[in-house]
Amino acid sequence: MNIIVCIKQVPDSTQVKVDPKTGTLIRAGVPSILNPYDHFALEKALDIKAKTGAKVTVLSMGPNQAIAVLRLALALGADEGILLSDRAFAGSDTWATSYALATAIRKIGQYDLILCGQMAIDGDTAQTGPGIARHLNIPQVTFCEHVDASGNQVMVKKLIDGGKQILQADMPVLVTMTMPVDYTPKYPSFMAAHKAQDKQTHTWTAADIGADLHKLGLEGSPTRVDRIFPPPARQKGEMFTGSAAELANKLVEILKKESVVK
Amino acid sequence: MIQIAQSCVGCGKCVSTCPFGALSLVNRKAVASAACTMCGACVSVCPMKALSLPTTGAAKKDLSAYKGVWAFIEISDDGHTQKVRPVGFELLSKGRELADQLGEELCAVVIGDNVKNYYAELSQYGTDKIYAVNAPEYHNYNTLAYANAMITLIKKYNPSVVLFPSTYIGRDLSPRISSELFVGLTADCTGLSIKEGNLIQTRPAFGGNIMADIKCPDYRPQMATVRPNVFKKVVTTAGRMAQIVESNIAIPVEAGKVRIIQTQMDPVNANQKLDEAEVVISGGRGMKDKEGFELLENFAQTLGGAVGASRAAVDMGFKPKEKQVGQSGVTVASKLYVACGISGAVQHVVGMEHSDVIIGINKDANAPIFNVCKYGIVGDAKQVLSKALEQLKK
Repeated sequence: MNIIVCIKQVPDSTQVKVDPKTGTLIRAGVPSILNPYDHFALEKALDIKAKTGAKVTVLSMGPNQAIAVLRLALALGADEGILLSDRAFAGSDTWATSYALATAIRKIGQYDLILCGQMAIDGDTAQTGPGIARHLNIPQVTFCEHVDASGNQVMVKKLIDGGKQILQADMPVLVTMTMPVDYTPKYPSFMAAHKAQDKQTHTWTAADIGADLHKLGLEGSPTRVDRIFPPPARQKGEMFTGSAAELANKLVEILKKESVVK
Repeated sequence: MIQIAQSCVGCGKCVSTCPFGALSLVNRKAVASAACTMCGACVSVCPMKALSLPTTGAAKKDLSAYKGVWAFIEISDDGHTQKVRPVGFELLSKGRELADQLGEELCAVVIGDNVKNYYAELSQYGTDKIYAVNAPEYHNYNTLAYANAMITLIKKYNPSVVLFPSTYIGRDLSPRISSELFVGLTADCTGLSIKEGNLIQTRPAFGGNIMADIKCPDYRPQMATVRPNVFKKVVTTAGRMAQIVESNIAIPVEAGKVRIIQTQMDPVNANQKLDEAEVVISGGRGMKDKEGFELLENFAQTLGGAVGASRAAVDMGFKPKEKQVGQSGVTVASKLYVACGISGAVQHVVGMEHSDVIIGINKDANAPIFNVCKYGIVGDAKQVLSKALEQLKK
């Protein structure tokens, strides 16, 4: 079985701070991490590998430094890493990104299961996974909390409105993963990281994957930013200060006034 | 990289606008670094019009044939009965405004089994037309079956705008369609309007405290997803019946590659459903630990409310993702919203600002959350809540 996991390097959202004067994000010095949803998807791929001996290839698109998340994936147990990196990819929205990743997957050639995080925490669109599935013309199952594969079928448990659903799908199929509450990503030991240094990573350009340049970067991206602006200013309400006990009294008073409690 | 013309006067406006810190002034001219993602955020702020994105060779298509504002209507299923999910009415109500501005018709698209049952209620929101695809095989949502039906209809009738609910179904379906049609799709919009014939899609962007207007000027239809509770539903044509256009669309064979084995519905407890709760108590980083969130649960239970969480609290593992209030989580429009230890990033604010009464409790008097609160309590949220809870329990 061949599994491809699509991963992305993102800024660590828990460490991003907001400039109090301008209200914009301070990105300088913020460490990059493997998108946590992708991290979970990778762990699920490695679980399947442990059971079935599947080959796990990790694929990412980004600047050269994104090789760090491929290295991490290899140290965790993935077999091969591929980075798509080229100025031709710059300015890609989710349409062009999913086209580029799907084109690279076609070049890899052998795939039964493609796993993605449900979304990247720096964009939150959840569009790239389904986009890849459509470009490859294979089925998709999204927002899954569990996936297992054997024979030529996968079983998944996915989130639906007000509950969960267990589905079976024929491979090849693309599955996007959500992650459990309290999920703590696993990191490799020093020894595992050291050993993984011999594993291969490849960097592919747009030409390497034979991509249509009209479908990459800005040209392959239907969406444009018209303008950006600070959120509208609002009227501040009534403010209260004091000791915790005084404030608690105030809160109860407000709840009564607004008829939330009698 | 963004292109900077000689007309740049080095005013620096673009430098502070860039969400990626990619612009700087060198010898009083703006210069872009490799960090530029060509997002285009700086283009509109330049007073000299010196900034531009490289022109693409995309041939301008004739877009005049695309007319009509569509809303995809999701059918909800609690395991016993099916009905229209209310977000569909919200999309139609906003869609009516957009259709009026464009001078085009408003259409609901409904796919399912026995969809006739929904025609009357779907007609009330100013709906001109209902496109219906009805067959027993459409009883349960299936990505490939529904995508095929939508794509068939879109190709046949050429709408200019298609709106989807940002739900598990809408977020699964819409990117499948936009990828096939090579059109833009903007996720989780908090505002929609029309400018120069284009759909302007507003959403918080770049993960921070900044809003972006997104457009797709050269592509049709323009597609967007919207969370439940973002727009209000407004009945404008009570008693009127929309024109019904029924289509028979066969289910593609590939749809059988994904099969439902079992559906497990969560036990229904009205107060637990965040997007329908009248009272929502949310916690953020300032609730500090597990104990803080237990306190929140107790407090919510006492008031008969549901518990939500900020993104920070979800990232820290205090609450599951489905309890996250905000742009990328649940949007609530409750009667009372209490934000406890939440700083109030725009990401969170857009998910709760439509609540009637908002109370903020935060120890930082300058926290942005206080800008949306009717009542601001400056203090340690954990201490204040625990003392208030003692009083309420008396």
